[in-house]
Amino acid sequence: MALSGLDIYKLLPKTNCRECGFVTCLAFAMQLAKKGVSLDKCPHLSDEAKSKLQASSLPPIKLITIGEGEKRLEIGNETVLFRHEEKFHHPCGLGFIIEDSEADEQIKKKLEKISQLKFERIGQQLEVDLIAVKQTKDSKRFQEVVKLVSQNSGFSLILMCNDPGILKEVLPAVAAKKPLIHGANAENVNDIGKLAKEFKAPVVVCSKGLDDIADLTKALSSQGAEDLVLDTGVKSVKEKIWELTQIRRLALKKSNRSFGYPILISIDAKDPYEEIMEAATYIAKYAGIILLKSIENWQVLSLLTLRQNIYTDPQKPLQIEPKLYQIGQASDKSPLLITTNFSLSYYTVLGEVEASKIPAHILSVDTEGMSVLTAWAAEKFTPEKIVDSLNKAHAKEAVSHNKLIIPGYVAVMSGDLEEKSGCQIIVGPKEAAGIPSFLKNL
Amino acid sequence: MAQELMLEKWSSAISVVNIGATKEEGGSRSKVIKVGGQATLPFLFPEGSIPNKPVIAFEIWDSAPMDWPDTLKQPFADVLNDPLKWAKKCVDDFKAELLCLKLQGAHPDSGDKKPDDEAELVERILKTVDVPLVILGCGDDAKDNLVLPACSEAAKGECCLIGSAVQDNYKTLVAAVLADGHNIVAESPIDINIAKQLNILISDMGLSVERIVIDPTIGALGYGLEYAYSIMERARLAALSGDKMMACPFICKVGQEAWRAKEAKAKMTEFPAWGPEAERGIAWEAITATALIQSGADILVMRHPAAIEKVNKYIDNLMTNDKIPMSK
Repeated sequence: MALSGLDIYKLLPKTNCRECGFVTCLAFAMQLAKKGVSLDKCPHLSDEAKSKLQASSLPPIKLITIGEGEKRLEIGNETVLFRHEEKFHHPCGLGFIIEDSEADEQIKKKLEKISQLKFERIGQQLEVDLIAVKQTKDSKRFQEVVKLVSQNSGFSLILMCNDPGILKEVLPAVAAKKPLIHGANAENVNDIGKLAKEFKAPVVVCSKGLDDIADLTKALSSQGAEDLVLDTGVKSVKEKIWELTQIRRLALKKSNRSFGYPILISIDAKDPYEEIMEAATYIAKYAGIILLKSIENWQVLSLLTLRQNIYTDPQKPLQIEPKLYQIGQASDKSPLLITTNFSLSYYTVLGEVEASKIPAHILSVDTEGMSVLTAWAAEKFTPEKIVDSLNKAHAKEAVSHNKLIIPGYVAVMSGDLEEKSGCQIIVGPKEAAGIPSFLKNL
Repeated sequence: MAQELMLEKWSSAISVVNIGATKEEGGSRSKVIKVGGQATLPFLFPEGSIPNKPVIAFEIWDSAPMDWPDTLKQPFADVLNDPLKWAKKCVDDFKAELLCLKLQGAHPDSGDKKPDDEAELVERILKTVDVPLVILGCGDDAKDNLVLPACSEAAKGECCLIGSAVQDNYKTLVAAVLADGHNIVAESPIDINIAKQLNILISDMGLSVERIVIDPTIGALGYGLEYAYSIMERARLAALSGDKMMACPFICKVGQEAWRAKEAKAKMTEFPAWGPEAERGIAWEAITATALIQSGADILVMRHPAAIEKVNKYIDNLMTNDKIPMSK
């Protein structure tokens, strides 16, 4: 937790020597609190004060990186309990567990299926992130499967094995890919800590509950294994919600470093709906990594969509550049549709225009990311604004028919817009879903 | 060593709304559904009491829905034209505890049914089934002001939940609800300030805030779900910290929104990468409900019986009596 200016002031020499460039120590403290100046500007700081101040400037939940390159997963560094307080920063990783007892062919099929789980929604590419290989057989088989998975997919890896002997044999081949070791428990913590340090790999702390987390995280960090992820085991959903909330609260509100790590959860439900409802719960409530067993498209689509929703910045609605977009081979005869620059509005309209297979122009008006009705109510989607956008985008020059199609929900502005734009106004459907049949009958 | 936990001390709780009246209470329902009463955030049992579970209301219509996808029509295919049979099927076959009658057919653009006919339908539904009833108007203010008072009178004494009162149109409904002893849905457009303002206006007319259920206006998964999610969290935090005008249970129209989503409706032939639409539609409704349950939903108005079954099981698991060990 960040210290206040006054908290910092108490740790400073209070001599007002001005060597930092500020008139008083208090002024320097205030700037430090705002992160407007760096600590080393004060030459007279005691070592104790220095270490306290440095610790307070660390993020309360550590940022952990798994994997390498473009597909690496970054989780943690969260700062709030509720997304409206700021935002949730690093979308939780979604992954699948593959056991080494499965046949090679079956594993390859799964990998193929997983690699096709890609969806584009409102201009963002949604993908899964991880594959966890679970060791149930001997070291040789585990190594084979880890190799198979890492060669046949680009996902970040989790090694689910708590036998330090086996891990020692597997790690040299895959350490460069920065896999997550799952994990360390009370029995193996010293050996796993050594391996994590040697191979610079992040480690999952497998505790029984909340009580034994601190001992394990301290044991690992004292050995130099500092990139940690927490897993409190398979439990009922309500017990999980309680633990997840406690861990986040202890890290953020009590600045308890032992809890300042992202959390991994393996879903154990048998029913495919139960599986995703459980996963959905943890997407909303603070999970850093969620591992699933089944891999149906409809399951993953719904979870990735929820993740996109929950991790959207509440202060900044997803927006697109307000301009004239050409869809398909649009000509000067093609219809001209108007919508807002709120991503969800634009991409919903775009999807339906594309589905209609009729080339068209879409003018996205700058409504500061508000949707049609909200923008209309807030006077960001008015005849004046639309005319302004038409002019800026030279939209009237792009078509020869002088007709504008406006969303059905703002039909009320037709007359006014007709007058101000000099175009003929056609009222389109209220819902984007009506666009294909509307365009066909135009 | 036992880890020291971090418990919030909330100063207030959500109000309890009773829906339905039994014979003793002057109605004819077989039981009363209680919603609300939480003294903490969703499912943080060790921190405060959570006396009532979230409850699902099966949505039925006064007229056959035209734009429902096949997946959604299929379970009700034989009864969609007959609201009475539809209501009975929900209760008998799908064990509905609560019904939500949507008077869509009263809308001037989709049937323009007469207030008297709608009132008669309400009366007959109350005779056909004995579960408590939510009644929702068609959304056309002028028409709702004729239809809802008639329905309210027809259901007098049954302690229904009737909606929706909105900022520009609440007086007629509040007066009817007051006269006939019902509860009211106060609907606000994803706006916490309007939600509070509307509750103040309604309680100024003499209807106690303990008889209001807030409809925060939700978006489906992928279609603005996160806005309602955060509005509900904010409202809950305010309520638990003592804001009485925010301390009402939430009703969320999950089915209506989820089944508008393309991802719920589109056939697999159109979008092969999305998987079969039967499972996908149910998942879309169930996941929308799940997220809203986690932000504080008390009544979920839902449509597909399979989604309802899954969500009910999820709720039951959350509400089992076994204690969460505070430390171990």
